[in-house]
Amino acid sequence: MMKNYTRRKFIKLLGGTGALLSAHSLLTGCGKTASAKVVIIGGGFGGSTCAKYLRRFDSNLDITLIEASSRFITCPFSNMVISGMQTMDSISHDYTAQTDRGINMVHARVQEVDAAAKKVTLNNGKQIEYDRLVLSPGIDFKWDEVEGMQASDAEVIPHAWQGGSQTILLHQQLTAMSDGGVVIVAPPKNPFRCPPGPYERISLIAHYLKQHKPKSKILVLDVKDKFSKQALFMQGWEKLYPGMIEWVAGSKGGRIEEVDVATRSLHTEFGDTHKADVVNFIPAQKAGAIAHHAGLTNNDGWCFVDQRTFESEVHKDVYIIGDASIAGVMPKSGFAANSQGKVCAAAIVSSLRGVAMPDPSYVNTCYSLLSPDYGISVAAVYRYSEEKGIYKTGGGVSPIEADAAYRLQEARYARGWYDSITMDTFG
Amino acid sequence: MKTLLIFPVFILCLVVQTGEVWATEITRAVMLSNSCAACHGTDGKSPGAIPAINGKSAQFISQSLREFREDKRPATVMGRHASGYTDEEIQLIAEYFSSQP
Repeated sequence: MMKNYTRRKFIKLLGGTGALLSAHSLLTGCGKTASAKVVIIGGGFGGSTCAKYLRRFDSNLDITLIEASSRFITCPFSNMVISGMQTMDSISHDYTAQTDRGINMVHARVQEVDAAAKKVTLNNGKQIEYDRLVLSPGIDFKWDEVEGMQASDAEVIPHAWQGGSQTILLHQQLTAMSDGGVVIVAPPKNPFRCPPGPYERISLIAHYLKQHKPKSKILVLDVKDKFSKQALFMQGWEKLYPGMIEWVAGSKGGRIEEVDVATRSLHTEFGDTHKADVVNFIPAQKAGAIAHHAGLTNNDGWCFVDQRTFESEVHKDVYIIGDASIAGVMPKSGFAANSQGKVCAAAIVSSLRGVAMPDPSYVNTCYSLLSPDYGISVAAVYRYSEEKGIYKTGGGVSPIEADAAYRLQEARYARGWYDSITMDTFG
Repeated sequence: MKTLLIFPVFILCLVVQTGEVWATEITRAVMLSNSCAACHGTDGKSPGAIPAINGKSAQFISQSLREFREDKRPATVMGRHASGYTDEEIQLIAEYFSSQP
């Protein structure tokens, strides 16, 4: 019945706009968003940013952020820890800023999402109801794409593709290796988290070896024939680490079919066997486990979403952001997740208020360090259209002909980038 | 007196709930500017090596962005970013950050 009232009738009823304005201050607590509950699963770049920007957009929302860990260890800059340039502390972030802005932090795992009843069940049995649910679950691994490996083997052959104990393990294996050893890095097939990440890692492992174990070699067995910022990486490897890195493309024998964990040997499609002192096998990827459990994934293991709002194509009022979502031409990166967290927060607040959301604008910027003084970057700006989904309106990679001063400046900006994005996400 | 006060408040709550009168939209300026924050810091308040842009004049920000876009101002990544924004969008971004304390 209320919906049939027109604005004019209300104003007349209340004696004009003056009365409306003066009464507006009394409204706190009775607007539609006041009691709305938004639950976010996953406190990484996507989830933490979404929580923060939901609060910035609307001070009345009841926001709960569910994250198993009390500290988040970032994948960005974990290559610096692996190569001994930085400490774990420097890439660890807690959630005090979220608590301070009135976000309910729940440190638990989600056991079940009931999209029909609009509630999630935690591993401690507790249930939390929601009006809108955001999943930012990151990635999980497809262990069955090669023979001979399962999840527990990562204790011997680390992937180090999620920040934490895996980061430390790979660092320890490198420091324990003797000079003249062989390190194999095996990057995953597309799509995967952080497209330039494996190649930054190769660069910084080379940087470590050059200083401490200069007779050592890095063999890259890639399933792919090309990779992100390839020309820039290869130019830098030639310049900084001549003769140290051998990259084998997928079609030239880089594809691994079987891993012998006990002997750290890799058998390729071409029938060759490569044995190494340290193996960093990064498996093929899919959306984080809870997205599968909630029935939100496609056959390839990722989540279809409305790329304007990030609402699931499977369940209403459930949103998926970050690596787990299929976001048009945006890469899977912490930066993209941060950007998507803001767009999703705007979509949710707009939908709760029943107003139009502004046209989304998304961005991605990924810096890679090839040495402490040598940085390169890729940047892109994106918009949305119904025909194209998320598409690029601008951007590009660092110029190939840039001088040392440019690379040094981008190395400085890489560190500034980390300071800013972690502040924008966790601060 | 009591009914006089409660009645309008009750009605107003319902107005807000229908989202027809008081519910405010998030502006395009906010949407566009938020995408700058991951590098330049929340609201442009950079904590590190990337320049802070809060409180800079709108004229300075918009002119810089247009010059970056047209390759008339030395830059690393900013020329590539600025290429993704129209003049109107640049103006909205410039006004947003100039208004941040």
